[in-house]
Amino acid sequence: MGDKLKIAVFKMTGCAGCQMEFLRLEEELPFVLEIVEIEYFVMAKRENLEGPYDVSFVEGSISTPRELEELRGLREQSKIVVAFGDCACHGCVPSILNWIPPDIASKTVYEDFQAIHSKKESYQKICPLHEFVPIDIYLRGCPPHKNMILEVLRSITLGAKPFLRKHPVCVECKLRENVCILTFEKKACMGPVTAAGCGAICPTAYRECEGCYGPMSDANASSLAQQFLEIGLTRNDVIRKFRKYAGITEAFAREADAR
Amino acid sequence: MSQEREISVGYVARVEGQGSLEIRVSSGKIDELRLGIFEPPKFFEAFLIGRHCGEVHELTSRICGICPVPHQITALRAVENALGIRVSEQTRDLRKLMNYGSHIQSHILSLYFLAAPDYLGYESLFQMVKEHLKIVKRALKLKKLGNDLVELLGARAIHPTSAVVNGFTKVPEKEDMNLMRRRLLDAKQDACDTVEFFSSLKIPEFVRRSEHVALSTSGEFAINEGLLVSTEGMKIEEDEYRECFKESQVEYSWAKHSQVIGRGSFLVGPLARVNLNFDRLSHDAKKLAGRIGFEVPNFNPFMSHIARALEVVNAIDDCIEIIDRVPLREEDRSYEVRSGIGFAVTEAPRGLLYHSYEIEDDGSVRKADIVTPTAQNARNIENDLRELVPTIADLTDEEATLRCEMLVRAYDPCISCSVHYVNLDRPRT
Repeated sequence: MGDKLKIAVFKMTGCAGCQMEFLRLEEELPFVLEIVEIEYFVMAKRENLEGPYDVSFVEGSISTPRELEELRGLREQSKIVVAFGDCACHGCVPSILNWIPPDIASKTVYEDFQAIHSKKESYQKICPLHEFVPIDIYLRGCPPHKNMILEVLRSITLGAKPFLRKHPVCVECKLRENVCILTFEKKACMGPVTAAGCGAICPTAYRECEGCYGPMSDANASSLAQQFLEIGLTRNDVIRKFRKYAGITEAFAREADAR
Repeated sequence: MSQEREISVGYVARVEGQGSLEIRVSSGKIDELRLGIFEPPKFFEAFLIGRHCGEVHELTSRICGICPVPHQITALRAVENALGIRVSEQTRDLRKLMNYGSHIQSHILSLYFLAAPDYLGYESLFQMVKEHLKIVKRALKLKKLGNDLVELLGARAIHPTSAVVNGFTKVPEKEDMNLMRRRLLDAKQDACDTVEFFSSLKIPEFVRRSEHVALSTSGEFAINEGLLVSTEGMKIEEDEYRECFKESQVEYSWAKHSQVIGRGSFLVGPLARVNLNFDRLSHDAKKLAGRIGFEVPNFNPFMSHIARALEVVNAIDDCIEIIDRVPLREEDRSYEVRSGIGFAVTEAPRGLLYHSYEIEDDGSVRKADIVTPTAQNARNIENDLRELVPTIADLTDEEATLRCEMLVRAYDPCISCSVHYVNLDRPRT
């Protein structure tokens, strides 16, 4: 094997959960360190190096000009940019903010918002990374399972395309031989429109999927929304379901009531 | 001896989130001292309004990926208090196990990944693999134990999914619980070694008496509920939190600063918990503390690491006790939605975490209020630094900078948590 893969881990507006999932490579860490050199990872390292990097994992969405500048800079320095987790891919839970009128937030947030705002600007809006720079790999999930991180590292080392699922959670749910909770228990499960990768953990724990991996490919959101109404959800309930992890995506926009 | 000095760390490493440190000393006096937080605010309390009370814990979990579990438990308890729900003993026990799992993984991360490299002369744990593989492996084993315990209870280690209002959607299998019990027993020695290891490090001698605040309750080590008590004699219920603490905004930080009304800054976290609840630590944790000469009350913030390590031992002992008594029955989780106000305080790994919610008749949130440990510690960290800086005047700039960073890391700040902040009433139309 040639040189080690130079990797960087960046954090934008997010909760650090994706970085924590990276650090959940526990038994695997000594082996991972044999194939990668971690050049930049502020949460875990004190000496952080400038690029170029082979792969940059970027956690979080963009909500300040400072982050946008950092994102553009790291894009230039990175061969491969990974949108690392839901916030980076499609805004995740913080994107619910995009439905709150900014003037209401800015006037009522903090006693004197301007006093801070004039020094440290915030867009008060959550934007996924692809709005600003090209993204090479999308690692969906809140957080993306660590096996997906390994899959990315492994495939890049081998020069292959990472195998990341775009089929629905339902496929994994069937593989675990669960009884469908949407069909038989009338629970409002987002599984049929949600990308797989988690291992269908929620239906396996007898609860509905909430859609934390974002939309699968070709998701039929309107059909599922209709089904939710039929099993007794209110219109508001349905909006809340779709306006949670990926309400700002095209696939869920209509059901999330984006106007 | 340095009369003039500037310490400037643009992006403090090995802490969670985006923070900076600026200290300027001229003519031997501190001109400026700021723990700045440039992590963007996330406005959680604003967008929680109108959401359903049954999903509040799922949403607030996303305030922090290091301590999603205490955010979930605090939100669940606050919502349950608002709805008048009393959970079963089993749910209380399972939640305590889950929070202990979260404390173990977070403490091990803080001790070995974030703090230890400073004391051993490395820039990160990754660099320690070659020369200290045994220590690194111990860290990874204990961290995995904490994460797996959370996963066993909550179906996922980070942002668990099966803890819900009034219980768990799925109770762990007896077999899996027994397996976990064996792993806890097996890890006990590693936890004790952790205490010994950290007590062998050269922890700076620096004492500043500040008010320490923690949860406390009789008969058990409090992490999920209790009275708020302090080293200055405070003793209040969780719903009195807002009457005793206030926040103010500082212009260089997105995180608000907390103070005890009428007294000043205070410390929350492992050192406060151990100081205030020493008698309720497990027998072995107390014995170990005696062996390494740790006495309470201890007002050296750097000793938080020792408190953290002792808490890992205590957590393991307590978890085993809980596993031995919990029946693991499927329970009825049904509940009625109604309007109400609820408050809850728990202990996150970094200290007190406060949530309160006002719920409407239809179950939607009318008002949300959250105060995180790091928002509470922020001013105390600055006050500590103010006293620390003059005592390290003979160190080089590089050494002094590192020492200040080490103090910050002793608090294990979680900056993502600290900036979720906003207080917002639903606009009346």
